[in-house]
Amino acid sequence: MRRTIVAGRATGPVLRSAEPINFLGAVDAARGAISDPSHALHGRALRGTILAFPHGTGSSVGAYTVYALKANGVAPAAMVCARPDASVVSGCAIAGIPLMLDGGLCAGVRDGQECTVDTVALTAVPA
Amino acid sequence: MELTRDEEDALHGRHGEAMETAYRVLVATGEAMGAAGLEEVSWAHLSGVNYNTIGEAGARFLADMAARGTRVQTRTTLNPMGYDARADHGLPGEFVRGQEGIASSYERMGVDMSFSCIPYEIFREGDVLPRAGRRVAFAESNAAIYANSVGGLRTNKESAFGALAAAIAGKSPVAPPEDPASVPTVRLRVDGPTDLDYGLLGYFAGAAGSQTVNLAGAAGPMDHRGCKSLCAGMGTSGTCSRFALDGQACGERLDFGREERDRALDSLSTAETGDMIALGSPQLGAGELAGLASMIGGASFKKRCVVFCARASLEAAEAAGDAARLRRAGCELLADCCACLTPLISADDVDSVTTSSVKAAYYLSRSNGVGVDLRPISEIVRGEAR
Repeated sequence: MRRTIVAGRATGPVLRSAEPINFLGAVDAARGAISDPSHALHGRALRGTILAFPHGTGSSVGAYTVYALKANGVAPAAMVCARPDASVVSGCAIAGIPLMLDGGLCAGVRDGQECTVDTVALTAVPA
Repeated sequence: MELTRDEEDALHGRHGEAMETAYRVLVATGEAMGAAGLEEVSWAHLSGVNYNTIGEAGARFLADMAARGTRVQTRTTLNPMGYDARADHGLPGEFVRGQEGIASSYERMGVDMSFSCIPYEIFREGDVLPRAGRRVAFAESNAAIYANSVGGLRTNKESAFGALAAAIAGKSPVAPPEDPASVPTVRLRVDGPTDLDYGLLGYFAGAAGSQTVNLAGAAGPMDHRGCKSLCAGMGTSGTCSRFALDGQACGERLDFGREERDRALDSLSTAETGDMIALGSPQLGAGELAGLASMIGGASFKKRCVVFCARASLEAAEAAGDAARLRRAGCELLADCCACLTPLISADDVDSVTTSSVKAAYYLSRSNGVGVDLRPISEIVRGEAR
């Protein structure tokens, strides 16, 4: 089921991760990139993307990393998760990054595909 | 989620900007977890204190909150920061200035400068713990698990912003009841478990469940040190917020035996030996400092041994003479910080660290970039103190 957690509308290329993301350990908030060499998205930039991933993991402080991405101007334009976790939810809420829950979309969307996410109308086009 | 009229007003900014920010977090978090509403909390414990983890953007966020006159509405304590405020570590000025700024922002918001990841331990005395069954909001994972499982309190495994929002609003969302079918049972099948075995059990169990894990066969021999080790291990590997001991559960059943233990140990212990020893994640309490001093006896460590403890525990150990005994045994006692995510342990100085903490092992390897030699505390003392 598709649900809105943080309201907003954004368009950008999909950055899709099949793995969860540990924002504290695996993301460089200054450069806005996945910095963990063992992560499948290692080196990929987050800025302006529709970040589609199963869920966040790891330390409660990961919420600050989500906020720091926004403060540093390198945040994803929106996030889509399969299930919510406290760090991504609260980080997006503070940073004003639109966040939608949609497991089907996370699994079905193609990496690089241009997508518009509207978490108020609950639409994602094309997907 | 249902909000009262007053809560709606707060969400729409009628109680000021800080309260609006706090409610935005509480409502998003509540909606995400399927909460029916908000409930009062009698204690919040914050993470997001260490300049190493929240950085300049986090420090500026907190400075803005403090400058807007934000005050916490309930008793609020703090996680460790990057170093011992009363020692001179020769850290870069930029780090110290950033760290001092964070501490000052929290202090201006009315937060208790406890710098400890074991709030359940240092506030147990003097009747300062809330009554059993009360709701609290703990962001530190080991403390949340301890509070829910052993401490008789109820908390979400809060994010850093979730706990801060709860502190500012004095409320937090209440998760709906858990489906018993999603609670796995992990049976401890290791004979004579050490403190490290409990940490590894927690690490294994934390990845097996999502909220609660039922532990079978662990209750009898577990002492306080083992229990803290279990809570910290569990908080490191997943999203769990609670364990039950020999409870009822209808989820998956798993064994934690020698094989599972060794596999977990191999994934965390990456070095044969350590250039230094680091004890304390979670920080050691006064009882553990006394226990360590007795364990060492008249021997002393032949390499650098840093013991991380809570300030209140260190003061108790000073009064009891345990701190002096530990210093004579070559231990360096540091308060306010912890083996996790401190800049005091750096790959520039050491290749590897010996520790008994699963949580420290995880972060030392991933964040500090050093090798880890993970062993039970008794084995570290036997092998390294002569």
